Amino acid sequence: MDILLFLLLAPLIAAVLLFALPNHPVRDWLVRIAAVVIAGASVYLLATAFDKGTQLVTFPTEPAGQVMTGLAVVIALYIIAMGAKYRKLIPIVLALVQTGLLLWFELGYAPGMHAEHNLFVDEFSIVMALIIGIIGSAICVYAVPYMRTFHEQHPEVADHRRAFFFVLFVFLSAMFGIVFSNNLAWLFFFWEVTTLCSFVLIGYSKTTEAIDNSFLALVLNLVGGIGFVGALLWLGMTQGTIELDRLVGAGAAVALVPATLISFAGLTKSAQLPFSSWLLGAMVAPTPVSALLHSSTMVKAGVYAIVKFAPVLSGTLPGIFVGLVGGVTFLAASAIAVTQSNAKRVLAYSTVANLGLVVACAGIGTYEAVWAAILLIIFHAVAKSLLFMGVGSVEHQVHSRDIEDMAGLVTRMPRVGVMMLIGMAGMYLAPLGMLISKWATLRAFIDAPGGIIFLLLIAFGSAVTVFFWAKWMGIIIVRPNHAEMIEDRVPWDELSVLGLVAFLVVAASLLFPWVSKVLLEPYVFEIYGKVAELGQDNVIIMLLMMGAVIVLPLSLLYFRSGRHRLDPYMSGRPTTADMHFSGSLGIQREMGLHNYYMDDWFGEQRTFRAGVVVTVLLIVLMFAGLFVAGGLA
Amino acid sequence: MNVLYAIAFLVLAPLLGGLIAGIDRKLTARMQGRVGPPVLQPFYDVGKLLEKEHAIVAISQNFFVLAYLVFIAFSGAIFFAGGDLLLVVFALTLAHVLLVLGAFAATSPYSFIGAERELIQLMAYEPMVVLAAAGFYIATGSFSVSEIAAFPRPLIVLLPGIFVGLFYVLTMKLRKSPFDIATSHHAHQEIVKGVTTEFSGSTLGMVEVAHWYETVFLLGLFWLFFAWSPVIAVIAVAILYLAEIFIDNATARVKWGFALRSIWAVTLVLSALNLFALQFFGGL
Repeated sequence: MDILLFLLLAPLIAAVLLFALPNHPVRDWLVRIAAVVIAGASVYLLATAFDKGTQLVTFPTEPAGQVMTGLAVVIALYIIAMGAKYRKLIPIVLALVQTGLLLWFELGYAPGMHAEHNLFVDEFSIVMALIIGIIGSAICVYAVPYMRTFHEQHPEVADHRRAFFFVLFVFLSAMFGIVFSNNLAWLFFFWEVTTLCSFVLIGYSKTTEAIDNSFLALVLNLVGGIGFVGALLWLGMTQGTIELDRLVGAGAAVALVPATLISFAGLTKSAQLPFSSWLLGAMVAPTPVSALLHSSTMVKAGVYAIVKFAPVLSGTLPGIFVGLVGGVTFLAASAIAVTQSNAKRVLAYSTVANLGLVVACAGIGTYEAVWAAILLIIFHAVAKSLLFMGVGSVEHQVHSRDIEDMAGLVTRMPRVGVMMLIGMAGMYLAPLGMLISKWATLRAFIDAPGGIIFLLLIAFGSAVTVFFWAKWMGIIIVRPNHAEMIEDRVPWDELSVLGLVAFLVVAASLLFPWVSKVLLEPYVFEIYGKVAELGQDNVIIMLLMMGAVIVLPLSLLYFRSGRHRLDPYMSGRPTTADMHFSGSLGIQREMGLHNYYMDDWFGEQRTFRAGVVVTVLLIVLMFAGLFVAGGLA
Repeated sequence: MNVLYAIAFLVLAPLLGGLIAGIDRKLTARMQGRVGPPVLQPFYDVGKLLEKEHAIVAISQNFFVLAYLVFIAFSGAIFFAGGDLLLVVFALTLAHVLLVLGAFAATSPYSFIGAERELIQLMAYEPMVVLAAAGFYIATGSFSVSEIAAFPRPLIVLLPGIFVGLFYVLTMKLRKSPFDIATSHHAHQEIVKGVTTEFSGSTLGMVEVAHWYETVFLLGLFWLFFAWSPVIAVIAVAILYLAEIFIDNATARVKWGFALRSIWAVTLVLSALNLFALQFFGGL
């Protein structure tokens, strides 16, 4: 399988080349070419491997394994050096503990654990590879104009764009590593590389806030990493297998302990409560970094690992508690999102919430739930990357990331505005993708044992979701008091990437019956021997709705003519064209429209604290579940 | 799925819904000691609205209202065709979000408040509706409306909590007091005209027709609880609607905070009790 190696190495080579080049159009074009090549290669992987089921690849363990161990030590030294430089003790301690444990494993147990197949590809890896290869690359292309504008607008930030693009592409390579590794030690190595990459990217601007938040992300992910090493050590001590396919295939009796430990690592990486604060802090990074962390890398690695172990978790006590952490996170994060007016924080909480749903599905681990989880991963990746990039472009023109400052965006930045509406609709409205996933999730929850608790969590959580998305959409479509067209200042390549991803949101929703049939159903069938599917009637209904959604805007052509334009009702007060009205005592005031944020209902601190208490308890129970009757419910 | 039923719904529901609205107004008037308009008055009203001048505040508002009407009718059609109840619920959510967006697009202070309140309504009743769909599934083993309707035993006995919860929410769905917080048929308790402030003429007519469609769909939803016996179902649904008219006239609008809090509390307690009991005694 040369294509796997190509996907692993191509981003690395691109990264090195980009690091060598100064700020110059040549480097910009290199980013674009590399992006197209990586995206093309991931599509090639789909074309050649989609009908072949799971393919295990015998790739020699040496010297690749030794190189990885060596690099892991280098990474640890780097973290320790950075910790010393910024006087942060905890990351140093954690890095020492983690590396110590890793070396204990590598020197003590690894030589005795022979891995026959170090790499693999199956339908789930193909889906992940497409997300990384297409969405991840698109974000890299978007980063070119974005970072140029960023440095023009922030002269105080030192220009480290060479390192920036280097790390972006290393990130992509590490993500491919995660989804193609069958050797768990390798998977862990790539896992740690993504932790390091996000640490570097979050601290990019080197402000105190950025440094603090990058260390917060580092610390929480190192804690998770220790859980992962724990899984490796446990496998070493019990003379288990280091191969992912055999471990998952061995079932809960053998694999439940490592599955629980790796799920713990996955909870930290996918920013579930109580660990969600690092992803919120990561918002200080330039927007392409947020887009990357939220859609195609990092957090998706976390849920990938948990979904991979879903067959092991299914029907076990630890599995139920992992799922409940996800369900509670979904409800709490959705509620907090209502109270946020900072666009990036709304998006971040929505990411945390949606990953919560994925985790809930994985914890339940039935065939329907796994099917739903992968659908959620796909649609969330596409829609969320579009929204982040949209907010980034808006921020550079409006100079604010506050939702209230986006009033009338469809008039001021029509194309970006409409694309953001598509992205938001893609996050919660029928007939677009996320709603299909929510449909699948609901079914999976109801059929699962103990599913009623999950059902209650999702019923209330999604109602809240509708509220915060719809009010944001509303702000975007109001008519602004001062309509000034500012879209022509958005660079052409930013607009093209936005257009491409907006197209993908719609295309993914149209193509999902095919994606489900070709990739998801075979994957689920191979594990469970059962198939979850949408049903033909429902596909027809969804496609009818899609048709209506695409055709109905044509009515705008009809409504455009023969209408009498009136001013909005202002209680009869004299009002000027730019919506200044005479208030009491003859004072002229400007009409203002502001959303409800319901802070006294779902206040961030209060909801977060409650969520932390509940989820910490659930995590304790998750580990306790391992000791109850061997963990088997 | 039965396409004929869907077509029948699309054609007949506005007639039935308009008639129900007319009877509603007549009974309401009698409860208030008035004579009241003719039973066919709602049709005259909509007919007159269609002839009015096309006055708008923003072009896109008409598009959103048209899409609202289309998706309300669509979700009802899936329901009566015997389709998937969850998809019906989702299509209905889409429809209401479109109405809200129409109100936002008008950019008027009054319709903006109406839009926010309509969203709060959506957030208030959505969990109950989703949980009701789940309840039907747990009781009958299917989300398909045709299979739920063909269930041989009385669902009201299996789903009493869901039934009461849904009835509590119905008041809000029918825009009746005390939960008519986004827009109301009663002028005396209105913030101008809430979510419909800036809609006029044929656009307002579309909102009315959509409301008729939705009324018929909602009554159909309650029909499912009694579907094993059509005679009882007709009587039960009629009694339910009469009860709503009575509640509408006997109560005043509450604050939105109370509406949201009480609906969520009722939803959580009743549906959790009902669903756990149903799963526990599922075999009975």
